[in-house]
Amino acid sequence: MLPLIQREVVDRKGWIDEEEFLNMIALAQAAPGLIAVNSAIFIGWRVGGWKGVCGAVLGAVLPSFLIILAIAMVFSDWKELPAVEAAFKGIRPAVVALIAAPLVKLAKSAMKSTEYRVQNTDRSALFLLVSLAAALLIWLGHVNPVWVILATIIITLIVCFISSSSCRSAK
Amino acid sequence: MLYLQLFLSFCKIGLFGFGGGLAILSLIEMEVEQYGWMSSQEFIDIVAVSQVTPGPIGINCATYVGYTVGGIWGSMLATFAIVLPSLIIMLSICKAYFWLGKRFKGNLYFEQSLRMLRFTVIGLIAAAALMLIKPTTFIDPVSWIIFGVVAFFTILPNFYKKKVTEIISHPILLIILAGLVGLVVYLP
Repeated sequence: MLPLIQREVVDRKGWIDEEEFLNMIALAQAAPGLIAVNSAIFIGWRVGGWKGVCGAVLGAVLPSFLIILAIAMVFSDWKELPAVEAAFKGIRPAVVALIAAPLVKLAKSAMKSTEYRVQNTDRSALFLLVSLAAALLIWLGHVNPVWVILATIIITLIVCFISSSSCRSAK
Repeated sequence: MLYLQLFLSFCKIGLFGFGGGLAILSLIEMEVEQYGWMSSQEFIDIVAVSQVTPGPIGINCATYVGYTVGGIWGSMLATFAIVLPSLIIMLSICKAYFWLGKRFKGNLYFEQSLRMLRFTVIGLIAAAALMLIKPTTFIDPVSWIIFGVVAFFTILPNFYKKKVTEIISHPILLIILAGLVGLVVYLP
């Protein structure tokens, strides 16, 4: 999605420059919500204020919304067909794999962005214990993920306030 | 009452959806599960359609879940609700950014929180995937074979980066192939 936005907004229309685009990615990823929508809000605001935001967000959301709505309306009639049911029996485990498998890449990049060294050896893999704890709390403990997310933010902030050196080491 | 629930749920998802499409997907699943809006099969089918349709997967999924739960109004409400927190937060950030100009720099503590959140989100997505593994979705050994093959081809480009592996690992292609396997194996 982001390369598409870059080509349209930076290269073709020249609404924002390269450096601002990179800042935009950082902000859009840091803020909660969909990255595509956050990007649209940033660019819309930059180009045309409130009206720009309305236009950009509608543009980002409306095509998806209409396509899905059309599919959802049709699909509810098709679902009972034996062929569709058979195909989806094969698709379901594939979808679970498509949710689980990107975890490898996510874990790699999360570890890369965190520098934690003990006696010159990289120990950032230890942070995967946070992932494990979160997964167990949500999966087996049935804790609402919102609490886990809030707890992560609060604990990190407390640790940072107590020892600011542990925060400075980050890249 | 249902509409209010739908609205609040998707606001919550928009507000706490850190870390991209899969994280948002996981949060939607948790809400669906909690309120019993639909079965796991139905939710997975929606994710499959959202994957093969163009556009941000979070929007696709929100629209579809909204439609299933509350018809056309439900789909409009869910889509609006998932965008609303972004609008408020991102606009505030934009104002601060353009007001401060080049002096704008992320707060160190805030950056560190985001870095830790990435690990939490990994756990969240893992939990979502684990919750979807049920007797109703993994019906026989063939399901596990499909799961293994798709997972293998999705992970492969991380270790063996070639044009071929990138093409094979494309989610739309993998879903279509899995659908064909389903047709061959399960069609009576």
